[in-house]
Amino acid sequence: MTNIVISGVGGQGSILASRILFALYETRGDMVKVSEVHGMSQRGGSVITTVRAGKTVYSPLIPDGEGDILIALEQIEALRYLNQLKPGGTVISSIQKIPPMPVLTGAAVYPDNVFDEIRGAGFKLITIDALTLAKQAGNSKAANVVVLGAASAALGGTDAEWDAALSAAVKPQFLDLNRRAFELGKTVI
Amino acid sequence: MKKMMLGNEAVARGLYEAGCTFVSSYPGTPSTEITQYASDYVSIYAEWATNEKVAAEAAFGASLAGARAFSGMKHVGLNVAADPVFTAAYTGVNGGLVIAVADDMGMHSSQNEQDSRHYAVASKIPMLEPSDSQECKDFTKLAFELSEKFDTPVFVRLSTRISHSLGSVEISEPAPVEPREYVKNTQKYVMTPANGRPRHAEVEKHMEELGDWCETADINSVEWGTERKIGVVSAGIAYQTAREAFGDKASYIKLGMIYPLPVAIIQELAEKVETLYVIEELDDFIETHCKKHGISVIGKAELSPLGEYTPEMLRRLAGDSVPDVTHTITVPPARPPVLCPGCPHRGVFSVLNKMKLTVTGDIGCYTLGAAKPLDAMDMCLCMGASVSSLHGLLKARPEMARRSVGVIGDSTFLHSGITGLINIVYNRSAATVLILDNSITGMTGHQPNPVSGFTLKKEAAPVVNLEVLCRGCGVERVRVVDAFDMEGLEAALKEELAADEPSVVIMRRPCALVKTFKKGSPRTVEDCKKCKACLRVGCPALYTVGELIQVDQSLCMGCGLCSKICRFGAIKEGK
Ligand SMILES: Cc1ncc(C[n+]2csc(CCOP(=O)(O)OP(=O)(O)O)c2C)c(N)n1
Repeated sequence: MTNIVISGVGGQGSILASRILFALYETRGDMVKVSEVHGMSQRGGSVITTVRAGKTVYSPLIPDGEGDILIALEQIEALRYLNQLKPGGTVISSIQKIPPMPVLTGAAVYPDNVFDEIRGAGFKLITIDALTLAKQAGNSKAANVVVLGAASAALGGTDAEWDAALSAAVKPQFLDLNRRAFELGKTVI
Repeated sequence: MKKMMLGNEAVARGLYEAGCTFVSSYPGTPSTEITQYASDYVSIYAEWATNEKVAAEAAFGASLAGARAFSGMKHVGLNVAADPVFTAAYTGVNGGLVIAVADDMGMHSSQNEQDSRHYAVASKIPMLEPSDSQECKDFTKLAFELSEKFDTPVFVRLSTRISHSLGSVEISEPAPVEPREYVKNTQKYVMTPANGRPRHAEVEKHMEELGDWCETADINSVEWGTERKIGVVSAGIAYQTAREAFGDKASYIKLGMIYPLPVAIIQELAEKVETLYVIEELDDFIETHCKKHGISVIGKAELSPLGEYTPEMLRRLAGDSVPDVTHTITVPPARPPVLCPGCPHRGVFSVLNKMKLTVTGDIGCYTLGAAKPLDAMDMCLCMGASVSSLHGLLKARPEMARRSVGVIGDSTFLHSGITGLINIVYNRSAATVLILDNSITGMTGHQPNPVSGFTLKKEAAPVVNLEVLCRGCGVERVRVVDAFDMEGLEAALKEELAADEPSVVIMRRPCALVKTFKKGSPRTVEDCKKCKACLRVGCPALYTVGELIQVDQSLCMGCGLCSKICRFGAIKEGK
């Protein structure tokens, strides 16, 4: 069973990322389930999406401590869901910081050593400046797919499988943008 | 052919394959996407109705006419639709009538965590419950067959994790279904007491038949495990969690039909295993059924009636060890949902906060105005209650009329605020109601409504004139204020609160996420005096570097609210 957690802030595109992974694992012959988040948290709340692939998948949710890879589209959203990962699992995180409301109002502080903490807890960590690379690809909205590119080596899949997955999940008019974003993401590894 | 589908998308596919031609629903998470996906099929007429009762009654009318008809709603939506639904159980159907109700265990996007299975019992309507996307499609089709065979509406019960999970679905093309003839039949469809009594007897009869049917129905499946120690009876998403946690050793009954429930297969399993668990989220619905039939099971004695079950919780129950996954790391600050940058609701709530008014609130994006720092809401109960409860509040404490307002969104006002407003006029309270007209149903994902100017099928539609509507209800003091005009709102509120009669203030401005929203130029900050007054509006585009305010250029929509708040004129329109 492969268990992937995607975390981020509502509106960052974790749903598209999870749908690309669904297509990827399905073309590789796995049974796949994805649990998406729709509704209230899409208004800038913390969101977690899970992708599970294997011979038989029952629950779409990942038991704590069994996630193989955590893909985070925002720094503290990586920290928030570490409990989902297995010991020594891999975190691929965008370096983007989006301060949540309690930080903006001064009721809480944004931790400044997120990545040290993740490494310190024994996880492998890959970080990427996804926002800058997405802008380079043509649109900051493609940061989600940049991070997928950075995660692609850890996730497995041939170039052809990834391209098929992108084509299956991304709307045709945005496919070229997302292909560029994916390729730029791959360059960090 | 297989296709990746959300549970809700698969229900819509089931509607299409079943030859359903009429869909009327009101949006509500987690049910909304069923109707959105249904509207993509050319063969299905689909609409957003004004509320769930209207939707269910419209679907009933289509069924009466002979079409296969559907209505989808969230759990609390069924409370609104309950009146027609209960009596539709008596009339039965002509064309098949299916009602999907989506529960929200864990309250991801809801105001309560009710267990809608009780409605099946209370209304005497059969209920199916799929456990994955494939079953969402299959059970929807089956529901139409059962509806026509047993002459009853049929519920399909969903939940957040079923509705919003993706799975593979084998799709096929619809077999042609002829609409049934319309035949006038007053004894069946005119529910006077005289006609209703024999219909009630009919209901009892077909529910008994359905009880027999479900004993052998293959949607209630038994799966024998490699051992005979543990048995599990479950349904829906809870089955998936249980199946994962208890593994291949245990034996399972997966109930596809949860009302009526079978007895014999559960008894058989109970006899063959040492311990029988009932795994169900929320109430002890299946457990009560088992106990009623003398089958001893373990359920809520070990498991909570609150929230969702996780695989870890059930593993612990199964006696397995669960790894400790707490890390000694900084606990990240919470990230609650917030009003978007440019949201027209923000200015309204910052004025309400400034004026320290008592605010009866309602349900929609603007409920986020209750959160800090806006912090301007005293109550939020259910759709429409802002208006009707304000009336009661003022009758009990008339002196509060000078400092209390009700706040309600456009979709919510048309859903069930308007009856409350008529009550205010008729029974005379000096209430002041603010209608936040952003011309869309925002919270549930921007569904069009009667003030939007277009329909679910993207056709042009007349726009309900809220001013005229409120005047027509008998409110004489009706005015419209631009939602970005905070001074205008404050002045209007001072006058309307002082008036000894009902008033309506319509705050108008499109939602910042719709196409018609005109983005302004992002703000920039010069010579910030570090007073941080602007942070009190709770805009995600404003942040501090050290003590100095900055505006995130990629988020700012240029609404100018922060510039108006800044007494020093430090936040300027960018170039
Ligand atoms: C009876 C019922 N039906 C549906 C919902 C789901 N729901 C929550 S808010 C909302 C509509 C909000 O629209 P509107 O009043 O226009 O406010 P906006 O979100 O646009 O600010 C809906 C449909 C609900 N909570 N209760």
